[in-house]
Amino acid sequence: MNIQLESWEHMALEQIPQFLAGSGVPWVSQARQSAFERYKAHGLPTRREEEWKYTDVTQIGKRASLAPDSIPPDPPSEAALFSWALAQEHPHLMVFVNGYYSDGLSAIGEMPDGARLESLAELLDGTAELSSESLDASHEHTIFGALNTALATDGAVLHLAAGTVLQDPVYLLFIASGHGTAIYPRNLIVVGEGARATVIEHYFGMIDAHHFTDTLTQIKLAAGAELQHCKLLQEGNASFHVAGIHAEQAAHSRFGSQSFALGSRLARNDITSRLNGPECQCEFDGLYLLDGKQHVDHHTRIDHLAPSCTSREYYRGILDGESHGVFNGKVIVHPHAIKTDAHQSNRNLLLSREAEVDTKPQLEIFADDVRCTHGATVGQLDDDSLFYLRSRGIDADSAHSLLLYGFANDIIARVADPGMRTRIEHLVLDRLPQGEQIKELL
Amino acid sequence: MSTATRQLDELIGREYRHGFVTTLETDTVPRGLNEEVIRMISARKHEPHFMLEWRLKAFRHWFTMREPQWANIHHPPIDYQNISYYSAPRSGKDGPRSLSDLDPELLRTYEKLGIPLKEQEVLAGVAVDAVFDSVSVATTFKEKLAELGIIFCPFSEAVQKHPELVQQYLGSVVPYTDNFFATLNSAVFSDGSFCYIPPGVRCPMELSTYFRINERNTGQFERTLIIADKGAYVSYLEGCTAPMRDENQLHAAVVELVALEDAQIKYATVQNWYPGDKEGKGGIYNFVTKRGECRGANSHISWTRVETGSAITWKYPSVVLLGDNSVGEFYSVALTNHHQQADTGTKMTHVGRNTRSTVLSKGISAGYGQNTYRGLIKVLPGAENARNYTQCDSLLLGEQCGAHTMPYIEVRNPTAQVEHEASTSRIGEDQLFYCTQRGIAPEEAVSMIVSGFCKAVFQNLPMEFAVEAQKLLGVSLEGSTG
Repeated sequence: MNIQLESWEHMALEQIPQFLAGSGVPWVSQARQSAFERYKAHGLPTRREEEWKYTDVTQIGKRASLAPDSIPPDPPSEAALFSWALAQEHPHLMVFVNGYYSDGLSAIGEMPDGARLESLAELLDGTAELSSESLDASHEHTIFGALNTALATDGAVLHLAAGTVLQDPVYLLFIASGHGTAIYPRNLIVVGEGARATVIEHYFGMIDAHHFTDTLTQIKLAAGAELQHCKLLQEGNASFHVAGIHAEQAAHSRFGSQSFALGSRLARNDITSRLNGPECQCEFDGLYLLDGKQHVDHHTRIDHLAPSCTSREYYRGILDGESHGVFNGKVIVHPHAIKTDAHQSNRNLLLSREAEVDTKPQLEIFADDVRCTHGATVGQLDDDSLFYLRSRGIDADSAHSLLLYGFANDIIARVADPGMRTRIEHLVLDRLPQGEQIKELL
Repeated sequence: MSTATRQLDELIGREYRHGFVTTLETDTVPRGLNEEVIRMISARKHEPHFMLEWRLKAFRHWFTMREPQWANIHHPPIDYQNISYYSAPRSGKDGPRSLSDLDPELLRTYEKLGIPLKEQEVLAGVAVDAVFDSVSVATTFKEKLAELGIIFCPFSEAVQKHPELVQQYLGSVVPYTDNFFATLNSAVFSDGSFCYIPPGVRCPMELSTYFRINERNTGQFERTLIIADKGAYVSYLEGCTAPMRDENQLHAAVVELVALEDAQIKYATVQNWYPGDKEGKGGIYNFVTKRGECRGANSHISWTRVETGSAITWKYPSVVLLGDNSVGEFYSVALTNHHQQADTGTKMTHVGRNTRSTVLSKGISAGYGQNTYRGLIKVLPGAENARNYTQCDSLLLGEQCGAHTMPYIEVRNPTAQVEHEASTSRIGEDQLFYCTQRGIAPEEAVSMIVSGFCKAVFQNLPMEFAVEAQKLLGVSLEGSTG
């Protein structure tokens, strides 16, 4: 096994595999090659780098292969059932197994005029006009972004023409199957002028599978466009997950990002948005619910580049066991981005002696006429609230769980799609002791 | 109109007023840094052997270190071999015995600075250990303090007279390996202040020292060590002014505070070193390491500071809360105008049980000034019921300035409560309108609002410093209001 792992690494480090989509297309090979050079020149980041101060990713290179599978594996039997159930609720479902589009499991359904939902691999091999944007290096905010550009296997490309409104959310399910694999999904979402959509990215893995996911989603919002993006991370407790979600916003556009991190051994989310036009709105919400030896790191960055934009950021964490939560939220107000209104908050509950939280809300302001605030707290459940519930005959465990649920629900309630909201609600409740009882109460 | 506002207003539009150079015969070692220089400094100060050993260890370690690059500051590279590491006023070779022994020119300098020593002996409360370049030349009220057993003297004197205390505490809070600038200081520090308050003694007056850079091209490497023994109390003031000149000067001081059981140390600073001219030319580089250790139970250390000077300020007064129930406080006003840069903040490390810390930081940026708050609140696993509250507010005056907030919070104990709040805004048009509508000129209105913004910090300054701090703020904001 070890020998095999080494040989995989060897391949990944030396060259880009030939089986990747678009290998026959010169510009694709070129884009991949230059990204690969950037990765090779830098290598995996170490904790000596400020952006990786609290998250040690060197173990990824040691424990998992960095080379993607050459052929899509057969989907595990559970996946078929799960996809089928999802397809009943969500008319636009795309399923990827280990980073490869699975036609059999997906059900894209009928898209309205002006909306296109395709697989990236097909696009790269073809001559579609969108392809030039799809491997854009300017979205590589981290070295994992470069690695993704070099090795991306497949992903979803959603394109909405001006004025198109997609009523039902696009549901992207990424299933990780098998041990020791590396998975590189790459998504592109382009929302035309005044168009509107909701996209859900759901990363799902088997309980104790060892794998490494490096995913990247690029989002482009034209003037007046709106996108609600919800990411649910529910991979197994031995998986490594690194994700980038990077948005560009034109004037009057609105972008909402929600990140729910419930599963994986080590996860890192880099979520960014550049507010390029005036009067943009940007909302980042996140919840991390951790236990055991989990480590979840959220790095967010909002660049205010134009006047009169608004950004709101609410992140919360509940940490139990020996888990480790990291939050770094940057808000950068560039010169001339006057009338900026930015607010950011990160609240954490520490439930165990071994848990650790490191938070760093960060404001960098280069314009004078702005209003920016941020706040961060680390603490426990309020004794008075516990007493209030106990005095009304609710047992200690239930009272505790109820308050935890309330803390988490402030973020869950911000999910726009009702089906998704219920799904996350149930996942959170399943993690809490006495969760079943609370479900009945709700 | 309040007196404060009027004072502030008078000072707006004034050039830096402490800019003059006193011509004195000085005793300066050649530029450059090598073991020879360190041996020379040690020999000239007749230091015991352990001091020389310590300096040499620091010097050798310094050579393995690199200048830190992480701070949000920009300056041309510093040539450490082009600095003279020692200078002392030569007159009075055997040390002045009274004020009349002092060089009259020196006395006039102090008068210009507004510290008339003669008057201060008579005036209530303040004993001044005035540091002129690197050697302390006069100490007042010494007898009175000696009666109580308080040791307050120049560092070099403490090394001679109380080597056991120096050996015990020197480098125990800021070790010589701590950071690039602290290590450099450990190798070459020339002098500074030493203060020891014996058990149970409450120091009856505010101890005070004025630092001043005078000799051209002489970096100042001050070392301050304050020890408050069990149940002792001391309030210490530090104030800085420096003459105007074009060459950048390096200042890398180290301040160590040790508070034993039930002791309390209050350390207040008003820093008004030459910030450079309007184009950002010249000015002091101020790279300072300040740290206090609450060693015993119920001990208390508080840092209060007003920073208006220096071209670059790099300073993080910190408290390590070791003792149970110990308290750390940090109150700060940092102002950057013209091309000044400040990367400052604090570190609170909670180790003991029931430790508490409060951080209140007010940053004001004007002109092209860049002001960064960088703080760390660290709660270690054993710090049961640790409590921290942090508030940092930034005020922006002008379109070209910047305000940055980078708080780090690291918590490893589930009983800890840590809160951080920050806001950044400029003076609201509605606030200005409210004032102007009532007949207050816009410039006065701005001064009033700035004074109000900083009030919470000024309240923690001793009386005489609060007035000076208000004045400094006014001088430093010159030309940026309205």
